[in-house]
Amino acid sequence: MIGLLVRRNLLFILMSLEVMVNAAGLAFVVAGAGHGQADGQAMFIFILAIAAAEVAVGLALVLLLYHRYRTLDVDVASQLRG
Amino acid sequence: MLKLLWLIPALPCAGFLTLAFFGPRLSRRAVALIGPGVVLASAVVSWSVAMSFFLAPPPGGAFVQELWTWMDVAGFHPKMALYLDPLSLVMMLVVTSVGFLIHWYSTEFMAEDEGYSRFFAYMNLFVASMLVLLLGDNLLLLYLGWEGVGLCSYLLIGFWYTDPANGRAARKAFYVTRVGDTAMSLGLFLLFTQLGTLQIQDLMREAHDQWGTGSKLATAAGLLLLGGACGKSAQLPLQVWLPDAMAGPTPTSALIHAATMVTAGVYLIARTHVIFEVSPTAQFAVAAVGAATLLIAGFSAMTQWDIKKSLAFSTISQIGYMFLALGVGAWSAAIFHFMTHAFFKALLFLGAGIVIEACHHEHSMFKMGGLRKELPVTFWTFAIAGCSLAGLPLVTAGFYSKGLIIWNAYASAGGSMVLWLAAVFGALLTSIYTFRMIFLTFFGEPKAHVVKRPGAAMKIPVMILAFFAAVAGFVETPGFLGHAHVFSNFMQKALPEAVERRGLGMSELGSEAVVMLAFLAGLAIAYFFFLKKPALQESVTEPPVGQAVHRFWFSDWGMDWLYDKLFVQPLWWFARINKRDFIDSFYAAVAAVTRALWVVLRSTQTGRLRWYAAVIVAGTILFVALALVAKP
Amino acid sequence: MEGLFYMAAVVAVGATLMMLTRQNAVHALLYLILSLLAVAVIFYLFGAPFAAALEVIVYAGAIMVLFVFVVMLLNLGPRAGGLEAAWLSPTVWLLPAIMAAILAGEIVYILSGPGLRTAPAGEIAPVQVGLALYGPYLIGVELASMLLLGALVGAHHLGREARSKPETKTHDVYSDVAGSDSGGDLVRAGSDRTSGAA
Repeated sequence: MIGLLVRRNLLFILMSLEVMVNAAGLAFVVAGAGHGQADGQAMFIFILAIAAAEVAVGLALVLLLYHRYRTLDVDVASQLRG
Repeated sequence: MLKLLWLIPALPCAGFLTLAFFGPRLSRRAVALIGPGVVLASAVVSWSVAMSFFLAPPPGGAFVQELWTWMDVAGFHPKMALYLDPLSLVMMLVVTSVGFLIHWYSTEFMAEDEGYSRFFAYMNLFVASMLVLLLGDNLLLLYLGWEGVGLCSYLLIGFWYTDPANGRAARKAFYVTRVGDTAMSLGLFLLFTQLGTLQIQDLMREAHDQWGTGSKLATAAGLLLLGGACGKSAQLPLQVWLPDAMAGPTPTSALIHAATMVTAGVYLIARTHVIFEVSPTAQFAVAAVGAATLLIAGFSAMTQWDIKKSLAFSTISQIGYMFLALGVGAWSAAIFHFMTHAFFKALLFLGAGIVIEACHHEHSMFKMGGLRKELPVTFWTFAIAGCSLAGLPLVTAGFYSKGLIIWNAYASAGGSMVLWLAAVFGALLTSIYTFRMIFLTFFGEPKAHVVKRPGAAMKIPVMILAFFAAVAGFVETPGFLGHAHVFSNFMQKALPEAVERRGLGMSELGSEAVVMLAFLAGLAIAYFFFLKKPALQESVTEPPVGQAVHRFWFSDWGMDWLYDKLFVQPLWWFARINKRDFIDSFYAAVAAVTRALWVVLRSTQTGRLRWYAAVIVAGTILFVALALVAKP
Repeated sequence: MEGLFYMAAVVAVGATLMMLTRQNAVHALLYLILSLLAVAVIFYLFGAPFAAALEVIVYAGAIMVLFVFVVMLLNLGPRAGGLEAAWLSPTVWLLPAIMAAILAGEIVYILSGPGLRTAPAGEIAPVQVGLALYGPYLIGVELASMLLLGALVGAHHLGREARSKPETKTHDVYSDVAGSDSGGDLVRAGSDRTSGAA
């Protein structure tokens, strides 16, 4: 989470996101193992699928950002400011 | 035939509705047929009703036609009823006949105007309202007509609305008459609460029975009604609107501001004469107002350069004569003068309209001259009307009607030497300004080039009016000239006779002689100053005193300036300081707070991703903390 | 057993921290992979071998590889590292560190409550996971597949957009943003260098 807030490079932000998702999955698996049920692992598999989808689209967006602004600084993409 | 009475106001009303809704779609020809046509129809019905009235007078001297009950609320149930007696009959005939002639004249006068149908719609509405006013059985219906004519006056003064000055004049007329209308409605309230009815005949009876002579309530009611009459009839102190009202088209000035609407006040006082008889104070106030007004307006009329403004002041002055007559108890004399005045004043205005059009919209008399050769018909009719106004002895109507008033100003029960002197001096002034007008416009060197000559539609009405301006006086002649009392005999059922007071020092012949002298003197003065030796004018107005006096009289004795200082400026100041008072600051505060919130919230929309993520995290922290706090 | 767990945990946390503070994107990625592998070990220690295997294969294998591909594709060059350094001043870390500390405190507080088991109850075989997936969680499986389809189409569309629109509007932002004039040169220099070298 710290990485998400601190780093300006979009790639690093995505990487931090991955870490966070992974952490959530870790919590699920451990909880499931703690109860002796397979449900935790099943959830983990879904989380994995979600993370994969998110990475795919996110990286496509990274490419678009780069083509547009010639940089990966996420702060320059602030045209939605009010 | 009398049963057709309701048609008389209904026909112009129908004309108004037709022209208001379909006017723009009708051709000019159709409008010219409908507009004057309905008034002609109304006039025809009026004359036939009058015939029936003459030949077979209804019992009690009055005919009432009830149409329906207007409202029925808590014991107040005025009816829509029409009341025909000699007073309303005479006025109705004048209004419809002169009204028709003016409508006919307007078909040519307004021919080039693009508001043609609008003009006739307003004029028809005016005639309808005036007839409702005259024929109304109760004071509420009269008030309806009163307001209606006020509305039409506003609409017609500001007819050429694209010029803001016309709108201002129209609004000024409306405000000033409104002051009068307020006084009148207070009077109506007083009458209703004290006497329980507004039906005029009942009211008169109740007033007579319940209020003794000199009663304070009667005085109050009388003064309030006088206030209303002053507003509508442009008497002191509410006369300031009439000169400005000349901004409207000339036929409007002729109809509304000369012949009919401004005489509504006279009608009101004549109708409610019992109240004034009961309260000598109020009656004297009427006479005083009339005398003062006729003098003031006479002075002002002498200094005007605009021909229409001169005629406006002349109207104010002549109505002052009518008020004077009412004030001294010569009721039918006032109505007699109303009738003759309608003829010659309308004629003067129509003639002025012809002259103005002929000189291509030039209003200044000093820029006209020598028109008697170019416009002969106009000259002769204008001259006849002017002589009637000034009172050319024996052959003009004005001589008889004005002479009667002047005699009564001395001789009748409320009369006195002072009033008589004022009236005679007023006659002198009238003669001066009338002949000044005629000499400046029609004699002397021609200064303006005639571009337009009147056609038949403009010439025939003025000729008809000229005829009446000459002969209409013969219905009422003084003792030494035939002793004809056709008019006053006819009016006897409606209006009481003037009572002569004791110990008169002057005879009627003597009074009339003085009046004739005044006429001649005025003619001579006007001749010298304005025709023979125009340079004499300069010598009078050159010195500072002369200039100051001239300016004073020109500006209607400074009353516009006075009202501006007394009423208009304080009102503006008051409105200005109230524009941002504490109630407004509440609403302004609401707006300011909203704006401040907006500024704050706007700063949260940075568009930066990491800022939004941080806010999400902060929110998460907050909610988790809340959950933790809430659970255990 | 416990010792292994703590070691793997330290590795995971440490690798993550290292990843956060790297300037070179590839270095950071390698540290991330390391962190993921450590988490896989933790999974295995908790008796979830299936999850551990998936972690390695899908997460560290496929997703991280995607990252590496994109980094290679962007071809940023070494000068981009200097830029990163400029962005990472100590003051930037302050507020996030505070917020993270608060959140961590809250989590610790929650976890320290009663009724939490700390020891694994036994190994859960892949068969059980499979039965769970095709049993009660069948709908989730279907939805996940639709999600992946959506991601596929989306990524394809976005990727196509980037290429089909050539540089009509290469909005060179660096000239607008004050104080970062060298950035544009940095980026272009990197590309020039490689194209020059090629």
